[in-house]
Amino acid sequence: MASNEEILAGLAEIVNEETGLAPESVEMDKSFTEDLDIDSISMMTIVVNAEEKFGVRIPDEEVKNLKTVGDAVSFIAGAQAA
Amino acid sequence: MTRKVVITGLGATTPIGGDVPTMWKNALKGVSGAHTLEDDWVAKYELPVHFAARCSTPALEVLSRVEAKRMDPSTQFGVIAAREAWADSGITEVDHDRLAVAFATGIGGVWTLLDAWDTLKEKGPRRVLPMTVPMLMPNGVAAAVSLDLGARAGAHTPVSACASGTEALHLGLDLIRSGKADVVMCGGAEAAIHPMPLAAFSSMQALSRRNDDPEHASRPYDLDRDGFVMGEGAGALVLEAEEHALARGARIYAELAGTSVTSDSYHITAPDPEGLGATRALKAAMFDGRIQAEDVVHVNAHATSTPVGDKPEYTALRAALGTHVDNVAVSATKSQMGHLLGASGAVEAVLTVLAVYERKAPLTINLENQDPEIPLDVVTSSRALPAGDIVALSNSFGFGGHNAVIAVRSV
Repeated sequence: MASNEEILAGLAEIVNEETGLAPESVEMDKSFTEDLDIDSISMMTIVVNAEEKFGVRIPDEEVKNLKTVGDAVSFIAGAQAA
Repeated sequence: MTRKVVITGLGATTPIGGDVPTMWKNALKGVSGAHTLEDDWVAKYELPVHFAARCSTPALEVLSRVEAKRMDPSTQFGVIAAREAWADSGITEVDHDRLAVAFATGIGGVWTLLDAWDTLKEKGPRRVLPMTVPMLMPNGVAAAVSLDLGARAGAHTPVSACASGTEALHLGLDLIRSGKADVVMCGGAEAAIHPMPLAAFSSMQALSRRNDDPEHASRPYDLDRDGFVMGEGAGALVLEAEEHALARGARIYAELAGTSVTSDSYHITAPDPEGLGATRALKAAMFDGRIQAEDVVHVNAHATSTPVGDKPEYTALRAALGTHVDNVAVSATKSQMGHLLGASGAVEAVLTVLAVYERKAPLTINLENQDPEIPLDVVTSSRALPAGDIVALSNSFGFGGHNAVIAVRSV
């Protein structure tokens, strides 16, 4: 079980690896598409890498609901708790 | 009136240089790019061949990590070479709707394909990343170059095994002559130094097994040649309609005077022993460029260093050029950089253009005992090419019976 801060830091690392964006720019209120300019293929790569890193499953139909970084952090935290 | 097509930009990343100036300096000096492979997979899979000719500058030293992640290694090499050629051309403004791409590969994204297969077997389908398809497709390199340059007049991928790179120039010439484009980024890229292709080429007895002496393994025309050395990399050339180049005051290296493609229809891998398909290709390229045998001063030969391949090319050269073949300076540059498969024709085209432009022929190394059945005038030490109007040819032949020839004329 990781804290929200740990999940955010891990997610920022994955986003950095995929897109080159500075990890500190990956903040809770940032939108993946609007603010971080992440396209659908990058998003799926980030999702797959996050599943491996956090040991959770993020169903494809759930991905469209993950609009912001915060949405993803909450989902991962919830999935880890379940 | 046929449109005249000229070459105004050159790019390359190869086992003997990560850019054109370095490659050319080494090609005139005579160096080997072949080295023992340090990868653990050589022993793990008990590969019969322990060496290859890797690019001297790793792609990750040129591209950003994020950029490289979305490209197969073959595409990485292609984009590096295309960017160099584009910068070299000095083109600052272009009608993007009149800019095309003809960028070849022999095999395509083999690393991506096989890595994804390993991932599927080890971790399941969920871990096969979404970029896998665009990275493994053979047109991936042409598509990436087109995106990079904003080329919107078509992005083509000729695939004809080891003739692919030369066929890209054949297509590029046609695109400009027929008025479909004014500028074409042509080239070829390959990155197949992976255990599977090494095993497969070994299994057909195509690769040299001189494991204790990789630097001397690629020895075209030598009596002790025993196969080719796998290389990797890319070459790129900017083709431009002459009037387009003149209008912008471009530096013109040479004219792409003629090209041709023929097919043997003889055997799936063996060359026609009489070199009939290659002869027809040579004659067709010369006809296309209105070239007489006496105009030809230099040939960059396909010459891979296989026991069966080198001789039919000689037979074809003699058939096409007649006794004048004795006056032609022949370079077998695969002796230095190995065989870049689908990229070889493009890289050798770069060398051929420079030979005409600089009036110097690149060296053939490792020729100790020349095969008496191949009495060509092989360039083994510094050789100047004559002044005046000159023509050089570059040949490429591929499994499947593909023959492609280009003719480059001085301007």
